[in-house]
Amino acid sequence: MSNRQKSNSGELSSFGGASVRASRLASSLAPPKAALPVEIDRSCCVPLLALFGGAALWLVVSSALGLMASIKFHAPDFLANCAWLTYGRLQPAADDALLYGFCLPAGLGVALWLLTRLSQTPLRGAVVPIAAANLWHLGVLVGLTAIFIGDSTGFAWLEFPRGGSVPIFFAYLLLALWAMMIFAARRERALYPSQWFLVTALFWFPWIYSTANLFLVARPVRGVAQAVIGWWFADNLLVVWTGLVGLGAAFYFLPKLTGRPLQSLYLALFAFWTFILFATWSGIPPGAPVPVWIPVLSAAATVLFLVPLLVVAIIGWRTVWGSISSRWNNGPFCFVGFGMDSFFLSGLMLVAMACPKLIPMTQFTWFGPAQTQLRLYGFFAMTMFGAVYYLLPRVVGFEFPFPKLVRVHFWLSLSGVALLVVPLALGGVLQGLKLQNPNVAFADTTKAMLPFLRVSTTGLLLLLLGNLLFFANVMGLTLHWKLALLKQFIAFVKSPLEATPARTGNEGREVRA
Amino acid sequence: MSSGFRVFLAALVALGGSWCGFVLAPVSQLGGGKQTVVLNSTELYPVDRPGLANQGLQVYRANGCAACHTEQVQQNGVACDVALTDAGKNPTATTNLISSLKLNNLDKEAADALLDKIAAAGGKAEIHIVATGPDIARGWGRRHSVAEDFLYDDPVQLGSLRIGPDLADVGTRQPDANWQLVHLYAPQSVVKDSAMPPFRYLFRVGKTGSAPSPEALVFPKGYGPPAGYEVVPKPQAQALAAYLMSLHAEVPLHDAPFSQLVAVPKP
Repeated sequence: MSNRQKSNSGELSSFGGASVRASRLASSLAPPKAALPVEIDRSCCVPLLALFGGAALWLVVSSALGLMASIKFHAPDFLANCAWLTYGRLQPAADDALLYGFCLPAGLGVALWLLTRLSQTPLRGAVVPIAAANLWHLGVLVGLTAIFIGDSTGFAWLEFPRGGSVPIFFAYLLLALWAMMIFAARRERALYPSQWFLVTALFWFPWIYSTANLFLVARPVRGVAQAVIGWWFADNLLVVWTGLVGLGAAFYFLPKLTGRPLQSLYLALFAFWTFILFATWSGIPPGAPVPVWIPVLSAAATVLFLVPLLVVAIIGWRTVWGSISSRWNNGPFCFVGFGMDSFFLSGLMLVAMACPKLIPMTQFTWFGPAQTQLRLYGFFAMTMFGAVYYLLPRVVGFEFPFPKLVRVHFWLSLSGVALLVVPLALGGVLQGLKLQNPNVAFADTTKAMLPFLRVSTTGLLLLLLGNLLFFANVMGLTLHWKLALLKQFIAFVKSPLEATPARTGNEGREVRA
Repeated sequence: MSSGFRVFLAALVALGGSWCGFVLAPVSQLGGGKQTVVLNSTELYPVDRPGLANQGLQVYRANGCAACHTEQVQQNGVACDVALTDAGKNPTATTNLISSLKLNNLDKEAADALLDKIAAAGGKAEIHIVATGPDIARGWGRRHSVAEDFLYDDPVQLGSLRIGPDLADVGTRQPDANWQLVHLYAPQSVVKDSAMPPFRYLFRVGKTGSAPSPEALVFPKGYGPPAGYEVVPKPQAQALAAYLMSLHAEVPLHDAPFSQLVAVPKP
């Protein structure tokens, strides 16, 4: 990083009449400069509203479905006459609505914005990412409907059949292509760590998603090779992809929000390499009925996953250290900070599930779902909430309609995640111990879980409430933006002979970048 | 990391590695899909399911049964059991000897020593290899699940969470179609405290006509439809029951042996 090119810092360029100072990063260790032209932010406005709006809707759908599925544990007869709403369809639908409905489009939106910011390059040809975002959400709708009518592929986290997977694959390709074009046109050639993570993530998904769909759905391989590929895919999506995007965002926002440089570049490079090298192997559960080298290799890689985990913890701790108390009132900082804590904890849970001594307590129990929920909700979704709360007002040009609800959302999500994950993890260990003792009747292992499941249902309820607040803020902001456009349009129609109205549509309070 | 190309290269190396390891290698090792021979026999294993049971696998997939059920029996290891085959000339002495000894869950040396003792008393015994572990003790199968078991499954439904019991051997445990169907229609009628939701949408409840349907379910006392009505399984329910009854983990294989006769050492 030392021999960075001389950037064109003196050069003046203009976008839409505004003069732009093409500042370069003072140092790649320093937080990226905030002095970026409003126009770069505005160039992403419509694609990001399309991505985040749909994502917020799917998030609410996901937690509502998850809550309905969870109620079935307390009342197996609940909605039992409806084939669409049987547990085995509701739960995968809730999971996929969270992963494909919220996590991926929100992550793509945040990646798109971060890359425009870090590249100091506006998004051009916005119509393609807008179309891709809508195609994505259409694919999710088709995929979820397919699960409800019993058309799921039967592979965990890959349930969408062709009608859903093909649209989201191409939508992803288009969005990734546009993000890569921004990246290629960057004004600062040297890369900030976030860019390593985000570019890698852009590349990761098409490879794993096409492999999984090809070998499992289009031309299925025979026997348990299916299961191995399914686990490899799920791990690379749930652990690696979310990790790359979430860490990429955190490595931008933590320095940005604390005003302290990322500590340090070399640690980040080490974390990046070890993370992609080890986490990509960690998906195969121990004891799987496959040739024994497969789970053994996977367990070894999972234990090595401790290395990037600790390095990321050190980076995060050294970056925010000393500024936590003063930033505790900052909404986005709370979300991203909690996300980093969850990343660390869910990583430890992942390693625990590969430790030979602990396998009996975690295998086939609720410990696994607890780990996944902590990763998807506690780490990834929380980091994305923080990013969206930070960037969306800047991108659209208006404040959120209900800024006070941001903090309510944070506390609801925090308590929701805690009430969801802690009982499931503890109950999972108890369930595992009971499963290991053949003298305990199986029905008793299920019964022993009920109090824990009751608490986790409460957690899901809190998450649903929090997600509704997020939805209200994103939709309110979108509505505000649409009204402003409408007003502009009316003003334009009423006074055709006067000067043309401003193009940026900043009728509302301008938000300083 | 100073250029986009290097980032791309890093991703290529990392993901390419795991792709070769966990996609390419398993497919080339397992994807050929050859049957294997049952231990100490010439029978081939597995054989494809009958058509109805294969349709049942699709019902199993469509309803997401794998969200709550695994199909993978685990085992901790193997142990030796000693069984008396011939009490010899002095049966009372041999029986007395046997009753004073521990016969189950032995290692190989202890089992051999025991055989010698029994032989010295004039009896004959043999060693059985049994799988051990909580799943085996619960009666969920006679051995752990192995890759061969899933050769004809598409999609393979291993599952990862045991909200309900493991089903790898449910066909051996519950070979009765009526039991399976009643359990699907009203789980709590046959398994007290079951947490399974009922799958009533796989059944049709109608008035018993002049000729009751031969497929109508037979319920345990206190359950079932009111008099004059009958519950008839739809084709999906029948297929699902056929699939469940086709699930077995009771064939000894080379990589999952059990109950195999070991040559009795000459006294």
